Amino acid sequence: MNLLLAAEAEGGFHVPSLETLFEFPAFLFEDTLFALNRTGLLYLIAAGIVCALMLTAFRAPKVVPGKFQAAMESVVGFVRDNIVLEVMGPDGLRFVPFLTSLFLFIFVNNFYEIMPFVQFPTTGRMAVPALLALTVWFVFIAVGVKNQGLKYFKNAIVLPGVPFAIHFLLVPIEFISTFIVRPLTLAVRLFANMMAGHILLAIAFIAANAFLIDFHAWPFGFFPEGASGAVIGIFALAAGPLLVAFELLVGVLQAYIFTILTAVYISGALHPDH
Amino acid sequence: MDLVFLAQAAEGGQQASNLGNGLVYGLAAIGPGLGIGYLVGKSVESMARQPEAAGMVRTTMFLGIAFVEALALFGFVLAFII
Repeated sequence: MNLLLAAEAEGGFHVPSLETLFEFPAFLFEDTLFALNRTGLLYLIAAGIVCALMLTAFRAPKVVPGKFQAAMESVVGFVRDNIVLEVMGPDGLRFVPFLTSLFLFIFVNNFYEIMPFVQFPTTGRMAVPALLALTVWFVFIAVGVKNQGLKYFKNAIVLPGVPFAIHFLLVPIEFISTFIVRPLTLAVRLFANMMAGHILLAIAFIAANAFLIDFHAWPFGFFPEGASGAVIGIFALAAGPLLVAFELLVGVLQAYIFTILTAVYISGALHPDH
Repeated sequence: MDLVFLAQAAEGGQQASNLGNGLVYGLAAIGPGLGIGYLVGKSVESMARQPEAAGMVRTTMFLGIAFVEALALFGFVLAFII
């Protein structure tokens, strides 16, 4: 809201700065370790939403599921059949709860982007993607050590059947790609996608507003930037709903990709295959 | 002629850095764009040839897209950082 006002205050179209789009002042416990701003509150609410969804659906499951339980069962079934069984095989089934909660939490945080009155993708800040990627990093290393012992590190970075001299080249590459690039790309992929989507939506809506309606004239003026501006405004107005639909797709897809990559990494730690 | 020189020749100061940011993202998007196009095209081709393997191909396709796309997104983030 204050974004639109900021764009309106000087009249005309201004691309909003990243600070106005992504940074919110703390409103609780300011200047302490527990400072809470809008983003932090949304994270907590997202965790609450995921818990509430799961508890209401599965606390007292019925043999003949109602609509809500059937919907949640289809989410769990999607993670189990399309992600775990496809990527990890039957012995990955014990990771279904972890992956399902990961999927739902990321999806809720992505869905904030197009949820009315929220409209801010909390995964567009680096904090939670980085934390989730670190969690995944610890999980797949722990699974590897538990299943293969300390030989896991050797299996992960030394490829068999390679001439001796090539090892000097391959071992550093494998080490960097497995233990550094994996968590980094996992976090950056989610973060950058949602950040780009938020900027895109904000620019489309602000452009539609700034080129079509002039709130300074009373009661309303139309087309403050003239005919050429009106064309841009109409395009931006038409693009808005399409972009919202596109961002819903991106949100689901990013949650899916994060989960499936986690499954791939864990399955690589489960079976020593190289 | 390197990019920094191009950017400086543009008009110094803020505008040069804006041009640099745009160039960073634009150049970073070329490779992944080609890569994703090739990847999805091949996947669609194989799905059309063998529809019963569509599920497996689709999963693998998304995995491949995720890896290729990471490069473009690094460019996107770097455009804001530099």
